[in-house]
Amino acid sequence: MKALGIILAGGNNQRMDALSRKRAIAAMPVAGSFRCIDFALSNMSNSHIQKVAVLSQYNARSLNEHLSSSKWWDFGRKQGGLFVFTPTVTADNSWWYRGTADAMYQNIEWLKRCHEPYVIISSGDCVYKMDYNELLDYHIEKKADITIAVKDMPQGVDVSRFGVVRMNEDSRITYFEEKPMVAQSNTISTGVYVIRRRQLIELLEQCAAEDRWNFVTDILIRYKDLKRIYGYKMKGYWNNISTVDSYYQTNMDFLKPEVRQYFFKEAPRIYSKVDDLPPAKYNEGSDVRNSLVASGSIINGKVENSILFKEAFIGKNCIIKNSIILNEVYIGDNTHIENCIVESRGTLKPNMYYFGDGEIQIVVGENNRYGI
Amino acid sequence: MIRKEMIAMLLAGGQGSRLGVLTADVAKPAVAFGGKYRIIDFPLSNCINSGIDTVGVLTQYQPLRLNTHIGIGIPWDLDRNTGGVTVLPPYEKSTNSEWYTGTANAIYQNLNYMENYNPEYVLILSGDHIYKMDYEVMLDFHKANNADVTIAVMPVPMEEASRFGVVITDEERRISEFEEKPEHPRSNLASMGIYIFSWKVLREALVALKDQNSCDFGKHVIPYLHERDSRMFAYEFNGYWKDVGTLSSYWEANMELIDLIPEFNLYEKYWKVYTNTGAIQPQYISPDSRIVKSIIGEGSEIYGEVYSSVIGANVVIGKGSVVRDSIVMQGTVIGENVVLDKAIVAEDCRIGNNVKVGVGQFAPSKFNPKVYCSDLAVIGEKSVVPDNVSIGRNTAISGATEAADYTDSFLESGDSIIKAGVKA
Repeated sequence: MKALGIILAGGNNQRMDALSRKRAIAAMPVAGSFRCIDFALSNMSNSHIQKVAVLSQYNARSLNEHLSSSKWWDFGRKQGGLFVFTPTVTADNSWWYRGTADAMYQNIEWLKRCHEPYVIISSGDCVYKMDYNELLDYHIEKKADITIAVKDMPQGVDVSRFGVVRMNEDSRITYFEEKPMVAQSNTISTGVYVIRRRQLIELLEQCAAEDRWNFVTDILIRYKDLKRIYGYKMKGYWNNISTVDSYYQTNMDFLKPEVRQYFFKEAPRIYSKVDDLPPAKYNEGSDVRNSLVASGSIINGKVENSILFKEAFIGKNCIIKNSIILNEVYIGDNTHIENCIVESRGTLKPNMYYFGDGEIQIVVGENNRYGI
Repeated sequence: MIRKEMIAMLLAGGQGSRLGVLTADVAKPAVAFGGKYRIIDFPLSNCINSGIDTVGVLTQYQPLRLNTHIGIGIPWDLDRNTGGVTVLPPYEKSTNSEWYTGTANAIYQNLNYMENYNPEYVLILSGDHIYKMDYEVMLDFHKANNADVTIAVMPVPMEEASRFGVVITDEERRISEFEEKPEHPRSNLASMGIYIFSWKVLREALVALKDQNSCDFGKHVIPYLHERDSRMFAYEFNGYWKDVGTLSSYWEANMELIDLIPEFNLYEKYWKVYTNTGAIQPQYISPDSRIVKSIIGEGSEIYGEVYSSVIGANVVIGKGSVVRDSIVMQGTVIGENVVLDKAIVAEDCRIGNNVKVGVGQFAPSKFNPKVYCSDLAVIGEKSVVPDNVSIGRNTAISGATEAADYTDSFLESGDSIIKAGVKA
């Protein structure tokens, strides 16, 4: 493919509450056995993009661990490869990434050294499937400077946490407002862009010269009327993880057969780091209904409308309902958990009661187990 | 010059004919096991976990599945700059060309491979046992005894010893005698078919025996070295070790995994078993499902009930179906209102709606009583079973069967339908 990929994975969001204390959103576990960034990475790999840079900053440890080998997404190649760029202090720069544009600007030497004519930029916080070749073809056909993948949200959905756009009949973007108080439309930017590499370099350099650092506000919105910015309507499933609620909903969406069919059964597939865990085990007393269970889990109790991530241990007579149990959680006997997200690697004592009343409660257990 | 202290040679060329239709199209080491693995994953994982990074896998019978499974060895970290895993099929030579005619003959034909690595020791393994073993400890034992050959043995109950090749040792574990399936065993130490040879000794013996027909380790190489007073020692292994050579032992070994705390525990973190897995997504359990005492592989969708069974990856079990005491391998789709009772359904099968498998009483097999001698109904890979048929016990099915293949929609206990060439 004629493009290289950039995944913006530096972000944190206060609205993720305790969940973002441990990791960047791009490293959030999703759908039982994936991480958020797997979707963008797999899309790039499946679109035959060979060279991908992941720009990370906030709490990058978990993300870096996940990306410790590029082979799971087929990027372990002589031509291209996976590059993880966290901010570094150099002779002329001692800043962190001050924004998405700055994150790219600080790696502009890499961008200049590449030879691919186009750049696909994706957020690492989104759950979606996309063939970027179609996006690029559209971009070329429209003779656009920048093309933004946009999505029509259903009427009634609160779009105030997104970038909201309006397009004319030619699909050129005429209005773009980031996180509007009052939205002018229900079409939103999905955080996926295509742009010519030289154009991107030029815009980033101009921005930097003016001390501007944000790709959305300082490039997309500011250049809206100067550059030909087009919208490309994405049709399939798309969700963005930025709040506890959207995180919970996105995960629960995988209990729907059509969502599982789309992501798990239909080609192309989503890849992730392989953990080599044994099959899930259902012991005497287990009663699992309408739930997703990842490998390595051991179940002795009752689980309903829930998602068990890898290596969950559910004790005897437990009741887990409408909840998300993240990786390597140990839950002691007789514990009742309802409407909760249990943070990974926690140990919950027996005979406890956790109930999210009206909203999803985040349960963080201490890890008081010994590693061998 | 490259030098590896110990390399492993893994014999994976056998058919395993006592597994019946399960090995009709794949070699036994490639047969699925335990919900996500293949039998060969156990010795391969043991190798890498023991620090052995050079493994030659000798293939012969139906090697395609093995080849694609092993690939360049990525799942086992056996993709190496030097060494790693190499698949070694029989090959044509300028003077003579022959198949691998015996275990030792197969190793002999790959002398060049071993010489490349200039090892001090060679570990000989077979690809058909389920166990976790640290070969490094066995090597330490070999070195400490200054042995020429070390044979891994395990104690078996005395009354069963007559089914095995047993060794008789002195107090230092030096082997003084061998008995092959003795009527009145004098020892209960059974050979596990795992050998460490000092390379020079192995090389000398293989060259000396190169004209031996069907040259075999147990029958020729070991007796040859024994006659020459080589230092042979027995390394006693006390962990779990299971031969899965017959349908019933294969079934039992799978069923042992679902015990509350299985004797063979896959859930230990410090000795992982690696495999080449296609599926990584979680499994889905529907609102009407009931699953008790079972293990289930990645990506399966369960709409029915599963009791005391081992279910592989990407299996679909339809609504109203009941699976009991059975093994269902990856990619198989089971329709609605199906009953499986003590069945083994191999990979990528299609079982129609309202099918009953394992009905009635045991009857001796009319097809092959040596292989089929339990009450298991066995369905080979890529088979199709049409809607509304019932299948008895001790039966075998292979190929895309149609309603016309059954008499009154029924296959009696002890019967079989083998349709060569027709697959799902």
